[in-house]
Amino acid sequence: MSGPARIGGNDGASLGFTFDGVEYRARPGDTLAAALLANGIGRVARSFKYHRPRGIMAAGVEEPNALVTVGIGGRTEPNTRATDIFVYDGLVARSQNRWPSLAFDVGAINGLLAPFLAAGFYYKTFFGPPKRWMLYEKFIRKAAGLGPAPTEADPDHYEHRSAFCDLLVVGAGPAGIAAALTCARTGERVILVEQDRIVGGSALADGASPTADADTLRKAGVRLLTRTTASGLWDDNFVTLAERLTEPGQAPPPGHPAQRLWQIRAERIVLATGAFERPLTFAGNDRPGVMLSQAVRTYIHRFGVLPGQRVVIATNNDDAYATADAVAEAGGTVVAILDERAEFSDVAHAAKSRFQVHTNSLPLSTKGDAHHLKSVEADIWTERVTFDADLLAVSGGFTPAVHLHSQAGGALDWRADLQAFVPGASRQAVVSIGAAAGEVEPIAPPSTTPLAHPKSSFIDYQNDVTAADIDLAWREGYRSVEHVKRYTTLGMATDQGKTSNMAALARLAGAAGVDIPQAGLTRFRAPFTPLTLGAMAGPDAGGHIAPSRRLALHDRHMKLAPLWQPLGYWHRPRAYPLAGENLHQAAKREARAVRAAAGIVDVSTLAKFIVAGPDAAAFLELICATGIAKLAVGRGRYTIMLREDGMVMDDGTVWRLAETRYLLTSSTGGADRMEAHLSYVHRVLAPTLRVSIIPQQEQLAGIALAGPFATEILTGLIGAVPPAHMGLTNATLARVPVLILAASYSGERSFEVYAPGFEAGPVWDALEAAVRARGGYPYGLEALDSLRIEKGHVVIGAEAEGRTTADDLGMGRMQRKAGGFVGAQALSRPALSAPGRMQLVGVEAANPIPEGAMLIARDGAPVEGHVTSSTARVLGDGSVALALLANGRERIGETILASSPTRGRQVRVTITDPVFYDPDGARYRD
Amino acid sequence: MMRIDCPHCGQRAQAEFTYERTLDSIVTVEMAADEAMRRLYERTNPRGLDDELWRHSFGCRQWLVLRRHRTSHAIEAIATFDPAVHQ
Repeated sequence: MSGPARIGGNDGASLGFTFDGVEYRARPGDTLAAALLANGIGRVARSFKYHRPRGIMAAGVEEPNALVTVGIGGRTEPNTRATDIFVYDGLVARSQNRWPSLAFDVGAINGLLAPFLAAGFYYKTFFGPPKRWMLYEKFIRKAAGLGPAPTEADPDHYEHRSAFCDLLVVGAGPAGIAAALTCARTGERVILVEQDRIVGGSALADGASPTADADTLRKAGVRLLTRTTASGLWDDNFVTLAERLTEPGQAPPPGHPAQRLWQIRAERIVLATGAFERPLTFAGNDRPGVMLSQAVRTYIHRFGVLPGQRVVIATNNDDAYATADAVAEAGGTVVAILDERAEFSDVAHAAKSRFQVHTNSLPLSTKGDAHHLKSVEADIWTERVTFDADLLAVSGGFTPAVHLHSQAGGALDWRADLQAFVPGASRQAVVSIGAAAGEVEPIAPPSTTPLAHPKSSFIDYQNDVTAADIDLAWREGYRSVEHVKRYTTLGMATDQGKTSNMAALARLAGAAGVDIPQAGLTRFRAPFTPLTLGAMAGPDAGGHIAPSRRLALHDRHMKLAPLWQPLGYWHRPRAYPLAGENLHQAAKREARAVRAAAGIVDVSTLAKFIVAGPDAAAFLELICATGIAKLAVGRGRYTIMLREDGMVMDDGTVWRLAETRYLLTSSTGGADRMEAHLSYVHRVLAPTLRVSIIPQQEQLAGIALAGPFATEILTGLIGAVPPAHMGLTNATLARVPVLILAASYSGERSFEVYAPGFEAGPVWDALEAAVRARGGYPYGLEALDSLRIEKGHVVIGAEAEGRTTADDLGMGRMQRKAGGFVGAQALSRPALSAPGRMQLVGVEAANPIPEGAMLIARDGAPVEGHVTSSTARVLGDGSVALALLANGRERIGETILASSPTRGRQVRVTITDPVFYDPDGARYRD
Repeated sequence: MMRIDCPHCGQRAQAEFTYERTLDSIVTVEMAADEAMRRLYERTNPRGLDDELWRHSFGCRQWLVLRRHRTSHAIEAIATFDPAVHQ
């Protein structure tokens, strides 16, 4: 008998699972890795680049090799570590990165291509002729990779929760348990998190009972979260935890989330995160059957699985001797212990009576087939000796898990006796204890014997980085460890180099002839272990992906069954199709009704601010680039606001409601930005001005009534003559007090009727009935957009796109020459009046003009501008559009190509003035 | 996520606050054009302490000045913006 097996038979294996379609049994409490070993399965994966057969190397989250895909359909979770998933009945697991099967993998031929896939392959290919990359790309994409992402929607939901505590303890091993109990007994609020399913930590590897069980901890007042990983440690003791309520691929009970992402603010944090055992570097150290020494012990003690029958142990420290005892007790044969140290330590000396112990000895290479290890060649006092073995347990020392300490800004100190970094000074209230603080076995000084076969001696198993790759990076001039990392992809896999970083640093330091601390260290980044996108998104998915803001008149619109359009967080009617109409037809009918008769549109989302106080006009002159002071009571004016760099920030209207009381409107999308801007200018730039600014966006509903019959309709509804263009009045409409502003966006005679949101319903009803009686309709955003494009009105974000000045938009002369407003100083910058600026023009054509199309003289010519908004003419045929074009105003009358390669469309257009309809405003002026 | 000790609301999460700019990049409308452009485009960006203007947007909405270390994120002092002191 050889290979892994359950000690004393696989009794009590009550759970069924499948691996690559074959059914197996597992015991409750088994990880998938333990269950696979219990069923005699040694090889579970193919490696990332060379498709080498790989087995299980670790027993915890640091596992680099045994990545599998678990679950089916939308619950599929790729790249799950077999050591970090507990078997449940019905678990479906599949191996990855193999085709057609794990046993017969065409990609293994990559191994033969290894010389071409060495470090820096991608860089060299990218810098080579482009055709080379085109050739390689298909091959690489197919060959190199992990499990594919599921294509179906995830059926589960996820939670986010927040909590506070006095003490957060990460890791429920012996040290963490002691810290949590001590503090909980003093009455502190303690949260203890453990990524494993049970508490105990390293005690579980040693077969010892945990110092306290979950019940004891909970009774002492500790809030214990198992299956919970401290994923990131951020500023001011802010910790993100990922809690798994179900295993990967498992369906949660109805109504329960699959995972929970915690955000914890802790007064103090204790990191009892333990240490990772390091492998040793030698030829074939990645073969199935090569396993970390503590992992071997864990499988024996915790899971009752002996990972191999004939075991060679290779170590540079005393810890691995406990593994020899565990193997022997479990009925395995310890073939030999290869101790790198020249002298017998006390522990090694004591073991001599029980085992064949060799000092000054190293593993050189391994032999085996695709499934199992067959033999280990060793160097013993420079002599080569070969041992028959099916398991090689390796211990290259211990690396404290300093990830969270380092993420929190803590310094790292070098410990030569451990050949590892340990936590140094903390920047936050974070303390590391136990193995995480460096309380681990010291090791022999690093070997100076050169590696016999660096090309098959793996350092980063998951990304297939060998010792030779690091040497190559060094020879090619890479000196910084951060550069070597990116060049070789070392430590960039899903395990983030947990088992490999120290070996890599040692190799690099060796090449450089410096100590490891001088070689440097790459940054530790969150997440500690991979986090699923579901957990990060939490409940913010589907219809909850963004807040939803409803109009005050939402129910009125619903009755008309409109097509909706999200605009920021708002949902606004896009059009109100009649039976049989599509969007385009509905919008055209609505827009034509506005030109020919009348229409109403909900404009409630416009930003609105009451600006009141003795210095209100002075304040508005700071905000607005246009003249404010001379505005008469009862009148309004179009205005623009600039950013400090002189570009247009927003536009809107200012209305003088009373002597010291104004209404300022601005764009929907910029409402929050405008609120912050007004506050900034008031509180920071002009704090002495006596003015109050009251946001009214949600308080006031607004309905615009537009069309040739608008005056007549409104006169009938308010029993008075409505105000002249850019005038305002207060009135009563449908018994509701309303504010009426005579402003036109559509190009027709138009009135904006404002009422408190909760009273706006009857106003809409009255207006709608009157409009319909005159042959008009309610209209949506689509018609509104057509009408304003024809009229040449700009939209913030389309025409005013952050690089446009007022002059570019043809509104330069509206700006006050004397300055004194935000952005005025920047207008003197030479570039703002240099030739070649993008200026607003119109373009027209017989055919539709694609929005976003670039403007070019001919195919292949430089881009001279682009189409910002486009529409079919409301009345008549053909299309009109607004565009930004270099030196546009001088080029009216020319023709140019509007080309949209993404839509495969090209239209010859004529450059025109941006106002296509009623340029003199005869339709609404008095 | 930093914890910011708002003088009005107490300790709150950074998510409630909005960063505006450093104090030395505040541009008033009275400033000469070259001074204004210098403040906007030639900021010091020290690797160390700087005075920053923040707003407690999702709290008291007041403007605050944080004296903050730009690599460690440590906040050395926090006060309500006061034009007499901070300008």
